[in-house]
Amino acid sequence: MNTLILRTVAPVLTALMLLFSVFVLLRGHNEPGGGFIGGLIAVSALAIYGIAFGVSAVRRAIRFHPMAIAGSGLLLATLSGLISIFAGVPFMSGLWIYPEVLGVEVPLSTVMSFDIGVYLVVVGAITSIALALEQDSEPREVVAEPPPLRAKRPRKPRPKPKVEG
Amino acid sequence: MAANVPALTFIVLFLPVLAAVLAPGLTRFLGDKAAWVLALAPALAFLHFCTFLGEVAAGEVVTGGYAWVPSFNLSFSWFLDGLSLTFALLITGIGTLIVIYSGGYMKGHPDQGRFLAFILLFMGAMLGLVVSDSFLMLFVYWELTSITSFLLIGFDHEREAARRAALQALVVTGGGGLCLLAGLVFLWNITGVTQLSLLVHLENGLRESPFYLATLVLVLAGAFTKSAQFPFHFWLPNAMEAPTPVSAYLHSATMVKAGVYLLMRLNPVMGKTPAWEILLPFFGGITLISGTLLAVRQTDLKLMLAYTTMASLGLLVMLTGFGAPHAVEAAVLYLVAHSLFKGALFMVAGTVDHETGTRDLTKLAGLRTAMPITFGAALLAALSMGGLPLFFGFLAKEEIYAALAAGNPRAVFFTGLAVAGNALMFAIAFAVGLKPFLGPRIETPKHAHEGPVTLWLGPVVLAALGLLATLFSALAHRYVSSPMASAITDQKVTVDIAVMPHVGLPLMLSLITMTLGALVYWRLDTARALMVRALENLGPGPDRGFDRLVCGLVRLSVAITRFVQPGRLEIYITATFILLALTLLVPPLVFGELPGMPAWPQNLLVQEGAFLLIALIGILAVVRATDRLTAIVSLGIQGFAVAVIFLLFGAPDLSFTQFMVETLSVVILALVMTRLRLSPRDHRPVGQMLFDAMVGVACGLGFTLLLMKSVEAPFDNLLTDFFNAYSKTIAHGANVVNVIIVDFRGTDTLGEIAVVMVTGLAVLALIRVRAGKRAGSGEGR
Amino acid sequence: MEALFAILIGLFFAAAIYLMLSKHTVRILLGIVLLGNGVNLLLFTTGRLTREVPPIIPNGMDALAAGAANPLPQALILTAIVISFSFFAFLLVLTYRAYQELGTDNTDEMRLAEPRDEERPPLGY
Repeated sequence: MNTLILRTVAPVLTALMLLFSVFVLLRGHNEPGGGFIGGLIAVSALAIYGIAFGVSAVRRAIRFHPMAIAGSGLLLATLSGLISIFAGVPFMSGLWIYPEVLGVEVPLSTVMSFDIGVYLVVVGAITSIALALEQDSEPREVVAEPPPLRAKRPRKPRPKPKVEG
Repeated sequence: MAANVPALTFIVLFLPVLAAVLAPGLTRFLGDKAAWVLALAPALAFLHFCTFLGEVAAGEVVTGGYAWVPSFNLSFSWFLDGLSLTFALLITGIGTLIVIYSGGYMKGHPDQGRFLAFILLFMGAMLGLVVSDSFLMLFVYWELTSITSFLLIGFDHEREAARRAALQALVVTGGGGLCLLAGLVFLWNITGVTQLSLLVHLENGLRESPFYLATLVLVLAGAFTKSAQFPFHFWLPNAMEAPTPVSAYLHSATMVKAGVYLLMRLNPVMGKTPAWEILLPFFGGITLISGTLLAVRQTDLKLMLAYTTMASLGLLVMLTGFGAPHAVEAAVLYLVAHSLFKGALFMVAGTVDHETGTRDLTKLAGLRTAMPITFGAALLAALSMGGLPLFFGFLAKEEIYAALAAGNPRAVFFTGLAVAGNALMFAIAFAVGLKPFLGPRIETPKHAHEGPVTLWLGPVVLAALGLLATLFSALAHRYVSSPMASAITDQKVTVDIAVMPHVGLPLMLSLITMTLGALVYWRLDTARALMVRALENLGPGPDRGFDRLVCGLVRLSVAITRFVQPGRLEIYITATFILLALTLLVPPLVFGELPGMPAWPQNLLVQEGAFLLIALIGILAVVRATDRLTAIVSLGIQGFAVAVIFLLFGAPDLSFTQFMVETLSVVILALVMTRLRLSPRDHRPVGQMLFDAMVGVACGLGFTLLLMKSVEAPFDNLLTDFFNAYSKTIAHGANVVNVIIVDFRGTDTLGEIAVVMVTGLAVLALIRVRAGKRAGSGEGR
Repeated sequence: MEALFAILIGLFFAAAIYLMLSKHTVRILLGIVLLGNGVNLLLFTTGRLTREVPPIIPNGMDALAAGAANPLPQALILTAIVISFSFFAFLLVLTYRAYQELGTDNTDEMRLAEPRDEERPPLGY
């Protein structure tokens, strides 16, 4: 899987897929889509990047630990539910505001922030699982010397992992 | 203070518990002096209950309480009449002395605070028990006394004997408590009331009920276990493993009388029936005789007292159920007298043990000069126990004989029992109260000398009360005996027996008793040797039986556990799915609710049929897969086929999600499967394979039939219509699926993403455990 | 149409349970994946099948068009898919780690929690 074509295409593909995932997330309220699907698309994007450049590259690319992303998503989702306390309505009631940004009315809601929370949890948790597994199946020395971000130079092909036990 | 008596009573009921909470801390600060402070709690409670004496003597009842669960007619309420007031006074009065005594007895013990806390907790429970009005409260307090008794018997938990005794007491009395609960539920169902105060005045209904006998047996099971009646008596002597203050308080003066209390309490509604008047005297009589005979055998002071306690309880049960005039009065007098003299004697035994280091009767003699005050108290108590004139025990015994002695054979039989029992108790009384103090001095393990005031105050006060109560018997009868007897019989009773001996049959029987008793005392060693030999011939008793029972239970549970949990996963899974198949298939077959034969769908489109077929091929390929690549690919095939099916049937959201999940599944599987081996062949033998296939097909068939049947029924649109109607108008979303997820069922989704999050953490932990163990490095950030 | 689905779902369950009754953790895992799909399809079919019209309210309308799919089972299944996926990932890792630590994927040989010759509890007090 460590081919030149993949490594050339992967950054573009990943970027596009991440963009698409956000698009799917945000349009989810009125068209097919939403936090779960968007999150899974984003995970796939990161998985492709990981297959092309290795786990450490992904870890550096996303900057935060994936579980931290998941945790912040859960926090965001919970807070979205808690906001309704201040409006005096039950937990998880949807609240909407329509501020004008640059002359365009933008509908914002706790429902949307909740969906973003869902997105982040899915991205974080499943990326974490995928990365943990991928890293575990990589030979140790590759982990010890991570390639630089957006590595362009071809690496020597990885040795086939041996079956243990 | 008349203003808020109920609130005050409420506080008083919890005063011992409060003191129990404070006890460990106070003991740490004040050492053994803390007992004096803690004794204030029961003392105050005692004084509070004394204020009710006049009211209750005038025939009134004091009630009060607070609603607890009004919808279930449950309340925290109390009910003080002559019976419960007498008990409350005994519990708090003797309790005060016991707490002070414990301060001396447990002096310097590292766990003295804990001990005092347990004693006070028990006091709170016992007090609650006797004043309880509602059934449930009675039961809760009843079991609380069992639990605190368990804690106190097992106080010295480093000795196996103490642990065994504690467990035994808990099993016997706690089990009896459960029977009592069942009995109380019966009472409630038959009469419709949940309060004792209402129950005791019920005129009719209970005795005529077809469930009367069942109720009676259950209630008796509770009372007999608590009050150590034969054949449940064995726990009481073993309970002597507890420190002596516990034996004096719980196992003679108060807790063991809870059973007697219950019987007395229920006498107005359950008594006066043939079953009552046969069962109670019968078991009471056996207990009386066996208790006294067993007591004679012992040489340990505490054990002798324990067996006579059991005998006395038998006597009380016998009198409560005897049904003759004066029997209840006799029981009342004897109950009070017994609490006084037995409490005193136990404390004396404890003091002797504490000061000399032994309580073996054969190793004690001549202590009268060394311990004069203790000797005095012991003598007074022994005189009361022996039933000599001028002492309360005498009054009780006179009343007993007055009640029992009548012309018919039944009365003659029970009179004979009482005479024999009392004579033996007379002998034991002096063996404990006199023998250690008389004769030439024997050297004891510790050099004997008089104990501190804490150790002799209790016995002296109790023994003296036994004398004073007789001298001022009019007063005692007016405030204690008469109201209590009235409460038990539910009619006005006046007790008027006084110290002046009245010539007649009772006095003659008394004289016979004393003569016999003196004879046994004189030849005590011979009598003991006789009993030892007799009991050896009898063989093992219920005490051994208890050991067998416990061992048997442990073995049984081990056997059952091994049967139910053989430790093989496939057996658990097989059992689960066989049960599932039966659940799915048997009811429709039995009730004839199988779905009708479905028709072949007319409008099946080619692509739909194709993807259903692909899914089918996918699952078959997974089942038949012999290597990991085939397995991964065919798993992907069925997953993608399902995704397409979702798309074809109007679920784009599901379809996309399924696509992404399948993709990621394949990626993850490919990552892991490089390390995992899929055995090329299923290792199951053919028979096993066929059986498993049968289970699988049965479950599958069950689900197919279930689904067919459920889609035959008309579809209930209620929820769907709700979401449809409000999705756009209220939640401002056009994608109804997404609106349901993030808005209508948002809390549910929150829970689900939390699960996803936890899974991520768990996987990380699983991977890292190894990483840390192997290299200690190479982990991610 | 529902009947056809019912039969397919029955086969899903049968295959899943057959695999789960195996002693090998990898097969059990495959069975669990199939079971998840079978349950999702079961839910989907119980909400009745409709063709191609997704439960999305068209512009300018306040309710779904006639003949649109039932949104409720879809919402239930959507979360179920994600949950069963994370469950699957967890079990996969568990299987993998068990295989690494114990050197076997045979459940008969995994007897750490319930060893074959477990000691009897003491019979004293």
